[in-house]
Amino acid sequence: MLLLDIKNLTIELETADGRVRAVDRVSLSLREGETRGLVGESGSGKSLIAKAIVGVLNQRWRVTADRFHWLGQDLLRLSPEQRRQVIGRDIAMIYQEPSRSLDPTAIIGEQLEEAIPNHLLTGPWWRRHSYRQKKAIGLLHKVGVRDHQRVMQSYPYQLSEGICQKVMIAMAIAKNPKLLIADEPTTALESTTQAQLFRLLASFNQLKGMAVLLISHELESVARYTQKLSVLYCGQLVEAGETSQLLQSPLHPYTDALIKSVPEFQPDLAAKTPLYALPGSIPTLQHVPIGCRLGPRCPNARKECVKTPTLERQQNHYFSCHFPLTTKGST
Amino acid sequence: MSDLLEVQALSKAYSKQRGWFRRQHVTALDSISFSLREGKTLAIVGETGSGKSTLAKLLVGIEKPDSGQILLAGMPVQISHYKKYNHVIRFIFQDAGRSLNPSQKVGQMLEDVLCFSTVLDQQQRRFKIAQTLKLLGLLDEHAEYYPHMFSGGQLQRVALARALILDPKLLILDEALTALDPTLRAQIVNLLLELQQKSGLAYLLISNQLRLVRHISDSMLVLHQGKAVDYGSVADVFDAPSHDYTKKLINSAK
Repeated sequence: MLLLDIKNLTIELETADGRVRAVDRVSLSLREGETRGLVGESGSGKSLIAKAIVGVLNQRWRVTADRFHWLGQDLLRLSPEQRRQVIGRDIAMIYQEPSRSLDPTAIIGEQLEEAIPNHLLTGPWWRRHSYRQKKAIGLLHKVGVRDHQRVMQSYPYQLSEGICQKVMIAMAIAKNPKLLIADEPTTALESTTQAQLFRLLASFNQLKGMAVLLISHELESVARYTQKLSVLYCGQLVEAGETSQLLQSPLHPYTDALIKSVPEFQPDLAAKTPLYALPGSIPTLQHVPIGCRLGPRCPNARKECVKTPTLERQQNHYFSCHFPLTTKGST
Repeated sequence: MSDLLEVQALSKAYSKQRGWFRRQHVTALDSISFSLREGKTLAIVGETGSGKSTLAKLLVGIEKPDSGQILLAGMPVQISHYKKYNHVIRFIFQDAGRSLNPSQKVGQMLEDVLCFSTVLDQQQRRFKIAQTLKLLGLLDEHAEYYPHMFSGGQLQRVALARALILDPKLLILDEALTALDPTLRAQIVNLLLELQQKSGLAYLLISNQLRLVRHISDSMLVLHQGKAVDYGSVADVFDAPSHDYTKKLINSAK
């Protein structure tokens, strides 16, 4: 069953130089218990999409979509209160810098207990407090923090980033959400802790059937832990499909470049040889090219590329390019 | 060919005030030794608090070592000689956008570097700036730009220009490649490799991305709690890590 079903999501911002389209007709769907990666470079609108789903975007952003369904309910048509209720019940999100999104003036224990919703606590009211405490400790154990006594009594600044992020995850799973959105959860962390966190998310996905939307700019780490992948470039969805299929035979030149530019996916590449790189840099949102936004940087752009390509489908593999790569990219 | 940089038994400890009379000593680096040749890349890998950044600070002379020696082309380096050897060792910070002065044009910034450290006249300085910008794939007009007018990849190039304008022998990259997007990172990596082949620059790469380290460096040094636990050529360390921490690190990257 489809949890999240978004079609042609457009996010615009009214500025002094006219309307800027930060996200241009992106479609995204998530099944129950699925892990999907959302990959794109900085400014490609991946965090905007996440914020639009949770509904925490600033008033200035205009969000429109043909379809924006959560469990068959159109979120954009709900009143803000109703929407908040739905999202508060089912969706949780963790952010980039854990030490910044935790409250610096309260101890972890307090914040964690606050995140546990009342309806999960059964029993008479005078036992609630100890239940809540027990549940908080249990949550910390679940995310792999053994030293709960010390962590519960600490302020965020006293803990390492890795532990803070684990606490964030504990707060997110406190309400047993159906979907967990992780917005670059590991940028501030080291490689060993990164692997730990990804394994943690994967285990929650498998044990509880919690769907995970993993947002990152690092293709290599996302690809390892997700089943499906969507690749964004400058607010346009360039390719989406099964992760393994996408990595093996990318159809869009951007995905191809992304895969080739990462040494992880090129095991036979000799050391010190140049990597494959697209020329140019990511355009700013005020100066995006018309049509396919990759146009000026694309190695096989032609005249037709000034028209925005539509999302086409080849079995379970979606791509938007006039001239998809048909041969296998890496050989 | 002799070693460009040789570090012998470098140690550094910080002391922290704990109470009125007690002081706590924290060993940041514990007798680290390594050497680096011209045109080669040494990667320094380790978790936060392992002493990576302390090592970089000692090398550029921001901090003074407690004991041990830094030899640059066979000559011992003292902090008082800082001006003499800041031509040779240059430093690039993690976030190019934040390490550039936002209220200064790029050309002015590059000229300041030349004013402080060289004896060139204005004509020569202008020529040098144009030459360096061209080397890094930037245009002459970019000298008139302010940092906020550049995109992320270009900013990294500007930071590189500031480092390379004095024709250094050694470049220290402190996590300079971590924050970049993949396609830009590939561009910068290519640029660095090209510069190394052309002018024999040596790099000291402080990074956490092991695959990238494997791709661009010749030897690597693994630091753990201030001690060097593994040191050798990249292939050796990856094939036969000797310390448990290195094994864990390499496994996490697989």
